[in-house]
Amino acid sequence: MMVSMNEANNVDQAIMQGSEDPGRIVVTDAVLADEPAVGVSASRAGVLRRFALDDLVFHTMTRGAAIAVLILLGGVIVSLVNGSIPAIRAFGFDFLDTQVWNPVTEKFGALAPIYGTLVTSALAMLVAVPVGLGVAVFLTELCPHNLRRPLGIAIELLAGIPSIIYGIWGLFILAPFLQTWVQPAIIAATGNIPILSSLFAGPPYGIGILTSAFVLAIMVLPFISSISRDVFETVPPVLKEAAFGIGCTKWEVMRKVVIPYTRVGVIGGVMLGLGRALGETMAVTFVIGNAHKISNSLLAPGTTISATIANEFTEAVGDLYTSSLIELGLILFVITFLVLAAARYMLMRLEKKAV
Amino acid sequence: MTFKTLARAACIAAVAATATAPVRAADISGAGATFPYPIYAKWAEAYKAQTGNGLNYQSIGSGGGIKQIKARTVTFGASDMPLEPADLKASGLIQFPTVVGGDVPVVNLDGVKPGDLTLDGPTLARIFLGEIKSWDDPAIKTLNPTAKLPSQAIVVVHRSDGSGTTFIWTDYLSKVSADWKTKVGASTAVEWPVGIGAKGNEGVAQNVSNTRGAIGYVEYAYVKQNKMNFTRVVNKDGKAVSPDSQAFQAAAGNADWAHSDMYHVILTDQPGANSWPVAGATFILMYKQPQDPAAAGEALKFFSWAYASGGKLAEDLDYVPMPAAVVAQIKKTWADEIKDSAGKSLMN
Repeated sequence: MMVSMNEANNVDQAIMQGSEDPGRIVVTDAVLADEPAVGVSASRAGVLRRFALDDLVFHTMTRGAAIAVLILLGGVIVSLVNGSIPAIRAFGFDFLDTQVWNPVTEKFGALAPIYGTLVTSALAMLVAVPVGLGVAVFLTELCPHNLRRPLGIAIELLAGIPSIIYGIWGLFILAPFLQTWVQPAIIAATGNIPILSSLFAGPPYGIGILTSAFVLAIMVLPFISSISRDVFETVPPVLKEAAFGIGCTKWEVMRKVVIPYTRVGVIGGVMLGLGRALGETMAVTFVIGNAHKISNSLLAPGTTISATIANEFTEAVGDLYTSSLIELGLILFVITFLVLAAARYMLMRLEKKAV
Repeated sequence: MTFKTLARAACIAAVAATATAPVRAADISGAGATFPYPIYAKWAEAYKAQTGNGLNYQSIGSGGGIKQIKARTVTFGASDMPLEPADLKASGLIQFPTVVGGDVPVVNLDGVKPGDLTLDGPTLARIFLGEIKSWDDPAIKTLNPTAKLPSQAIVVVHRSDGSGTTFIWTDYLSKVSADWKTKVGASTAVEWPVGIGAKGNEGVAQNVSNTRGAIGYVEYAYVKQNKMNFTRVVNKDGKAVSPDSQAFQAAAGNADWAHSDMYHVILTDQPGANSWPVAGATFILMYKQPQDPAAAGEALKFFSWAYASGGKLAEDLDYVPMPAAVVAQIKKTWADEIKDSAGKSLMN
């Protein structure tokens, strides 16, 4: 990402220098050599003015586009904060650490959705990162050539499926399958192991935190694997060949050469996936069970911030209810911002180390 | 040449269209509850075919409908939960019911067929409170001495989205169980003590039919169209009734509309041997003194037509039309209450 921005800057500078390029003006002078001196300077000034005007228009338009983004972002923040003022006044910081979500008595707390958002996203990344990297490694290094394109296209198609389709698939196909076959087996297998038994306790509902984490993992997988594949392909062959030449195995080449060379890009892909997991709404709503509760068991129903908003906003009656939902949106905004900031910070440190 | 001709033709057509537009009556606009949306859409289609006047109804949810009418962006709002008379008076609104529907408990139990099982209000409340945890609980056995009830965990399925369906359900449970009233209460969304939440009637239906030992509640139309495994429910008169249109009509007919304040009647737990205990009406909200009397008049004409000729369409979609006596009363309310700025009634 940084590389492309630098390139863009360079191009920009080149264009700006070009407009003042003395070479071009020399040509103009030569053509107009027979004209009186006044005419020469006038037409030269005219051409220069036109160049300057072109540049000004270009500059203003691009700057306008950039400022429009800032204004939009500012507008979103202002309206979120403004909308959540009644809830902030009523609950203060208690909003962040209470589990109650009672529309009848108008007592609201965000702990259950925050917990659900973080846990489902973390679990999804736990599954999707190793699998996604594995897919990318296989596609770039190990896969037979005639399989590469179909596999690559299949992965990218996964990214193009609308999230509601994942939700419907999760509810109608995956959840009954998990409920009948997988979850009873997990419950039976972990029944006597101290910590795992509470982690996988309870009746097999089919839907719940674990199921939604699994669906999320499938949804973010294509982001991670296609970006990783693209950056793996940027590794200069000479580096890999040198490593193979001194007798490295394929695993060693991946581990010691390819991944260190591309880690900035890989982390970017992972963060993009995490961003999607945190904000994903429809698919999660279908399979998480939508219960405002924090439970020890991963098989139990829970809820996430975006699922809560999507479920309850249309029928939220009363200012405090609506305002609490808007404050949930604000919290999601802050969480996403923190995640992106942390990713930026990590990338900066990595780059510094690399230099 | 051809392009120019085409462009000119288009211009002429556009001018002609704008010129004729004011002649046609403006479309009636409304927004609100999703539950009656199918029947409002059907009525609108038939009404447009007969009169040429269209209805633009956005099913954005009851909460949204109340907000929109209070912001005066629509001619009428629609809500599954009646507004309190005080609230109506404060904002200058009136409300009236259009059709009746209701909630039906549905179960997923091996060897139990539709209508086999009978439940009563207090038992349902205790199930949804999480106090009755297994299907072979003595409370259920007493109500069903002959049924074979397995020793299976009960999985409660409820709505995750705010809904008029939930309002009717929790209102019924509050009426029949003091415990439910104090611990949970009645609203379009509540803090559920147990169970999993599913989005929409179809979500609840899907989760119930996926999950063994599940119990949930869905709209009557949904039960009928999907042949779901419903239970019978014991009503206020102590009779176990099956959900059908007669039972809903009985609940609507036995309700005391005549003495109601602004039709603030919730059709749960109504008297009568045939009354279905978990019925509910859906409501329209309009201003007593609308900003655009012409549009409001058109809306009243539409609802008047719907009461008179929309009954068959409603029954086709498994809604229950309002009883004739109630319709007469509603029309009187319109004539008395809805007036233009000169104080002249819009009904004539």
